[in-house]
Amino acid sequence: MSTNTQPPATHRAAPADLDAPVTAAPPQTPAPPKRRRRHVPEITYSVLVFLGLLVIWQLVVKIFDVSNILVPAPTAVVESLIDGFQDGSLVDNSIVTLKEILIGFGLAVGSALLSAVLITQFRTVERVLFPLLILTQTIPKVAMAPLLIVWFGIGISSKVLTVALIAFFPLLINAILGFRSAAHEQVEMLRSFGASRMQVMRHLQVPSALPHIFAGLEVAVILSVTGAVVAEFVGSSEGLGYLIQASNFTLDVARTFAVIVVLSAIGIALHAVVVQLGKWLVFWTATPDTTNEV
Amino acid sequence: MPTSTDTDVIRLDSLSMLYPTKSGGTVQALDDVSLSVRSGEFISIVGPSGCGKSTLLRIIMGLSRQTSGTVTFGSSEETHRNQLGMVFQQPLLLPWRTVRKNLMISPDLHHTRDAATLEKAESLLVMLGLEEFGDRYPNELSGGMQQRVGIGRALMHDPRILLMDEPFGALDAMTRDQMGLDLLEIWDQDRKTVLFVTHSIPEAVLLADRVVVMTPRPGRLADVVDVSLPRPRRLENINTPEFGEIVAHIRKLLDSEHSAH
Repeated sequence: MSTNTQPPATHRAAPADLDAPVTAAPPQTPAPPKRRRRHVPEITYSVLVFLGLLVIWQLVVKIFDVSNILVPAPTAVVESLIDGFQDGSLVDNSIVTLKEILIGFGLAVGSALLSAVLITQFRTVERVLFPLLILTQTIPKVAMAPLLIVWFGIGISSKVLTVALIAFFPLLINAILGFRSAAHEQVEMLRSFGASRMQVMRHLQVPSALPHIFAGLEVAVILSVTGAVVAEFVGSSEGLGYLIQASNFTLDVARTFAVIVVLSAIGIALHAVVVQLGKWLVFWTATPDTTNEV
Repeated sequence: MPTSTDTDVIRLDSLSMLYPTKSGGTVQALDDVSLSVRSGEFISIVGPSGCGKSTLLRIIMGLSRQTSGTVTFGSSEETHRNQLGMVFQQPLLLPWRTVRKNLMISPDLHHTRDAATLEKAESLLVMLGLEEFGDRYPNELSGGMQQRVGIGRALMHDPRILLMDEPFGALDAMTRDQMGLDLLEIWDQDRKTVLFVTHSIPEAVLLADRVVVMTPRPGRLADVVDVSLPRPRRLENINTPEFGEIVAHIRKLLDSEHSAH
């Protein structure tokens, strides 16, 4: 039967026939291969699946002779990427877009944190501003991009403002939640030691807000990339969004894909920076509970 | 009712506290509570939930303001916060600060961090049996250890009066007993005045010189029971007839007040 083809199963199936030391062995024998498998980082599988998909893509394009205008082969995209970096067009336009993203994102972070502090610290500010903020939050921010172009021109400022507008709200909402997340009991504890309002803010509310703020930053940084590209779509003369429109116009789909690859890389890199910074600053939420005895 | 002497460290004169409720009415949390606490006394305040025992501590601490009545500290009118240290039901440690830095909260807030306060923190770590854990973060500690840090934090500025609001309420029974005895040991070193709120009658009796019995709605002081058991106290004291009598007496006080309503 199958007992002959599966040696570990033989041991487990007939433990009664064997003496004690041998019956103890089977649970140990299957362990080493399992442990070896666990040592392979999960990312390896993701990479393999990704590469597999690329290969399938390449094969489908080649076998069915799909037009370059519809879907270019991965190799064509890579060629276009290399071309773009060699002639400098990808690099130059990346720098433009990155600049828009970083300035806009920075503006959003600064204004969102400041607003959150004002809203959580002053009742009147909260009463006046909060309903307005909730109301404006429902406006689809990308719909504002054409207006911003009209108001601030085709240059960098309209892009920066679109980015800032898109990144602002998730940051603000998370920061408000964060500044309010400190437990009332913790506030009283600090007050019992004579802490002033500023000290409660500094020693309690700001650190308690950090996990929430970083959750907001992670969302906002990705939205910033979207914001910059959308703003460039609406009206621009440089940047990666402009490059997509230009290559689409000339039916250079490989170049469009190449730009998307670069945009993804920018998004992934910025997100990784935020996540890493968060892990470094908000170290205490990562530490697991250990000891349980007194 | 209270007979005041020169050694009184806290005197409460007809304290009353009214809370407005959401439905527009009021709840009387405290009704005409008067009490004199002598220096170095260990006082337990016992009563069912809602009897205003926590409100009493909060008023003394200055976290709530009484509707009427007065709180007097000692003979002088010094700023009382420096004389008070408070331990809460939860440890309420700041998770981003190490155990040592949690102890240093009070010096950090008052900008008095120096060699002397750092040394004080070290000696507290030793006293609390936490010398190995100074650089650990709170979430690496057990509940009992966290509450030790909470007690140490209140002792950092060497207050004359320690206010404890059900400090062992969140701990399991065995840890709780041990913490009570450890607290007595700490208290015995320099005999601070302690006001210890609890809803456990045996715990109240085991620790205190006097047990203040409170009854709810409105929060009233039913009686103050003297506990003349010898010190140092041990867990075995619980099994003595004297201990049992005092516990039974307090329970009866609480029951009779309860049935009267």
